[in-house]
Amino acid sequence: MTERIWVRVTACENIPIREGRPALVGDREIAIFNTGDGRYLATANHCPHLGGPLCDGIVTGSAVVCPLHAWRVNLEDGSVQRPQSDRCIETFPTRVEDNIIVVGLPATRHEEHAA
Amino acid sequence: MKKLVVVGNGMAGIACVEEILKYEPRFDVTIFGDETHVNYNRIMLSSVLAGERGADDIVLNSLEWYQKHGIILRLGVRVVDVDAAARTVTGDDGSITPYDTLLIATGSSAFIPSIEGVTKDGVFAFRTLDDTRALLGRSGPSTKATVIGGGLLGLEAARGLQVQGCEVTVVHLADTLMERQLDQTGGVYLKNKIEALGVTVLLGRSTKAILGNGHVTGVAFADGTSHDADLVVVAAGIKPNVELGRKAGLTVNRGIVVNDHMETSDPSIYAVGECVEHNGVCYGLVAPLFEQGKVLAATITGNKGPAYTGTVLGTKLKIMGVDVFSAGECRDGEGTEPVRYEDPGLGVYKKVLVRDGRLAGVVLVGDTADSHRYMDWLRENTELNGQRKHLLFPPPSEDAGHDVAGMSDSTVICGCVGVTKGTIIAAIHERGVNTLSQLKECTRASTGCGSCTGLCQGLLKAVAPEFEEETKLVVCGCLPYSQDQLREMLHGQRLKSVQEVLDIYGNGIGCEVCKPALSYMLDMIWCGDHDEDRSARFINDRVHANIQKDGTFSVVPRMRGGVTTPDELRRIADVADKYQVRMVKVTGSQRIDLLGISKEDLPNVWADLGMASGQAYTKGVRMVKTCVGTEFCRFGTQDSTRLGIELERRLENLFTPHKVKLAAVGCPRNCAEATVKDIGLIGIEGGWQVVVGGAAGKSVRKADLLVTVETDEEALQAAGLFFQYYREHGNYLERSYDFVERIGIERVRKDTVYATEPVRHGLLDRLQKSKKLSKDAWLEGEDPVNATQFIPIQAIEGLGVRA
Repeated sequence: MTERIWVRVTACENIPIREGRPALVGDREIAIFNTGDGRYLATANHCPHLGGPLCDGIVTGSAVVCPLHAWRVNLEDGSVQRPQSDRCIETFPTRVEDNIIVVGLPATRHEEHAA
Repeated sequence: MKKLVVVGNGMAGIACVEEILKYEPRFDVTIFGDETHVNYNRIMLSSVLAGERGADDIVLNSLEWYQKHGIILRLGVRVVDVDAAARTVTGDDGSITPYDTLLIATGSSAFIPSIEGVTKDGVFAFRTLDDTRALLGRSGPSTKATVIGGGLLGLEAARGLQVQGCEVTVVHLADTLMERQLDQTGGVYLKNKIEALGVTVLLGRSTKAILGNGHVTGVAFADGTSHDADLVVVAAGIKPNVELGRKAGLTVNRGIVVNDHMETSDPSIYAVGECVEHNGVCYGLVAPLFEQGKVLAATITGNKGPAYTGTVLGTKLKIMGVDVFSAGECRDGEGTEPVRYEDPGLGVYKKVLVRDGRLAGVVLVGDTADSHRYMDWLRENTELNGQRKHLLFPPPSEDAGHDVAGMSDSTVICGCVGVTKGTIIAAIHERGVNTLSQLKECTRASTGCGSCTGLCQGLLKAVAPEFEEETKLVVCGCLPYSQDQLREMLHGQRLKSVQEVLDIYGNGIGCEVCKPALSYMLDMIWCGDHDEDRSARFINDRVHANIQKDGTFSVVPRMRGGVTTPDELRRIADVADKYQVRMVKVTGSQRIDLLGISKEDLPNVWADLGMASGQAYTKGVRMVKTCVGTEFCRFGTQDSTRLGIELERRLENLFTPHKVKLAAVGCPRNCAEATVKDIGLIGIEGGWQVVVGGAAGKSVRKADLLVTVETDEEALQAAGLFFQYYREHGNYLERSYDFVERIGIERVRKDTVYATEPVRHGLLDRLQKSKKLSKDAWLEGEDPVNATQFIPIQAIEGLGVRA
């Protein structure tokens, strides 16, 4: 079980419905998405293909399409849905407290690659 | 090998040679043509005159074709004599060429009536490519063109001249237009339609003289009246070229007389096409010459058997959307029962003549959809008593392929190229044809005027095992509808937001393909008065800049017409310094691109620039590229810079199915490349040519001439009409050059510049409405849609705090 630090990041209304936003937590850049069904999902902000900013992609259900070359990444588990690829990005658990999105980040940085 | 000499390099001669080449034994073939061109499609000359096609586009047999078949081609040589005893022909270059077999395919030439002054400068025939080029050189906006002859050829010439901007008058001797094909009522319907398009029609006028001192200034009529003209086209009919037949001692009446096997009175000499007379008839249309060529090829190669028994003539004509069809008899007479339908509101007239229970003739104006059915009835001499209730309107078809299914195999589907239904079916079965483009490639069907495209598609649908509709039917998997259907549904159901559409008609989710497409459609349909949903837009349209590979953005300010000022340039330089812009680049569209700007800097960069968005990041109006025109250029004939800037001002900030690049040039030297733009204005002496559907990107395509106009305002209006028409009917991500090819320039014209006043008004009205609600997207820099539109989120807490 990964040890996590839970960080209060931003107010819910800062992530518009069915959009993503980049967020800087310490020196780490993550992307937070509002999937439109009441959930906020957080992932690393770099597309597993060539590092494109996923937060700028179009949200389709619980996936996002990278704006650079249209790779589709599952926001729930970080897997690539299109094209066929084994690459994966890190995802982070979230919860909402007092209208603030709280994200669980790994306590130590090296665990980033454990997934 | 025996020597076959062919005199005549036109459609009849070459079609016949193509048939001959299918047989053994082979001949040594020499072909003489007095024109300097390879065989071209003469029927398409009006389309060259209308600027829809170039001379190269109507070539039927390339030089390689002649070479491949070992044919000696003598272009520009007129055969002036035949020695039937010695079996030689003499060219006007003095050459003497021996033959074993001679094929005369000299066609016909324009009949020039003996009118006083008919040799004056400015009088043209309309028969050859050279005639067409000469006419193109002399026609232009406000040129007064008079066409003598209101038959098929005259009306086609009138149509081409009108597209070139001429003020066209058609003068006709008879009191009915196309009186050989139409009855009086049909003629009136046609006249009304043509007049509504702005062509003056003078009937019952006998032209007595061409006026002018050396150069044409007008025409004088026998009734004492006259009419001004800068150029005159004589299209009073054709006469068969029979001179060589006479010299060879053949039997000649009006044409060179041939029997059912296409033999003349000399066993070594054959003749085909418009120069022959069969059973007392000389033909002047394309269908008979294909039929004759096939019979002749069999005879000449020693496979005598097939007989030519004459052709049932059908004439189909389309002038700026006016459809006319006529076959068999056209005037009421003793023993025929006329069956009529007319609707002056729709401009539709139909008349069928029945004799002894069979079809004797038909006249259609305004709606020619059933022409193939009537041709079949005439050709097969079908007994019609069982169909009396459906003479004017066919019974509802049981399935899509029914109409074509009912045609006989010998029915000519493509009249331009002469392709029968049987040939198409053979291509489908034997050569695996499944799509329209494969069919075009394989049979050439539908490569002419395109009026048979629907029939070809119908046949493919009915016969091809794996028929593929080529238009992209469905936007994506989220929404099972075509864009056409969607536009109708959104409008009809008054839907205003993307999510609403997806919830009602789609999977409720949508994707990166359908969401931007729906966003575009909603904006266009409601003229900007829709519920904008930024989550359905690509990132470029959320932050109004073009995303680059590293996630930064490029900024291109609007620089109308490519004209800037020292002040603007200073501000651009200051911005480049202040934000450490990684590259400042002059673009291909006469603007300046600032590259490598971070999203959060965008609002400040825009504010510091103090310029409007150039829409370089979106499917919208990019730029109007201009040359310096009359303002500075010593060759300029129009003020292209000023008009270009005005055009950009009128269309900027609007969205389009795909990006739209425009240009305005001051003269035909075309320095700003208007002929390869989506919309181009080309300044000419006394006016503007408005061209559309050009491209110089992934595809390269020369733009089609939409219309030629006199004033700046008319040019802007024509451009606006096309622009809005493309917005309303183009599929999302369909560039204008694909759009124009899909719709056909002829229909584009009919639906825009030649549409009725209310239709044109409607297009411009909706354009205005959209324009009113549009705004410079960069204003959002000061008034963002939400707090985090440009600014990245900083976490409230740092990483050190544990929850």
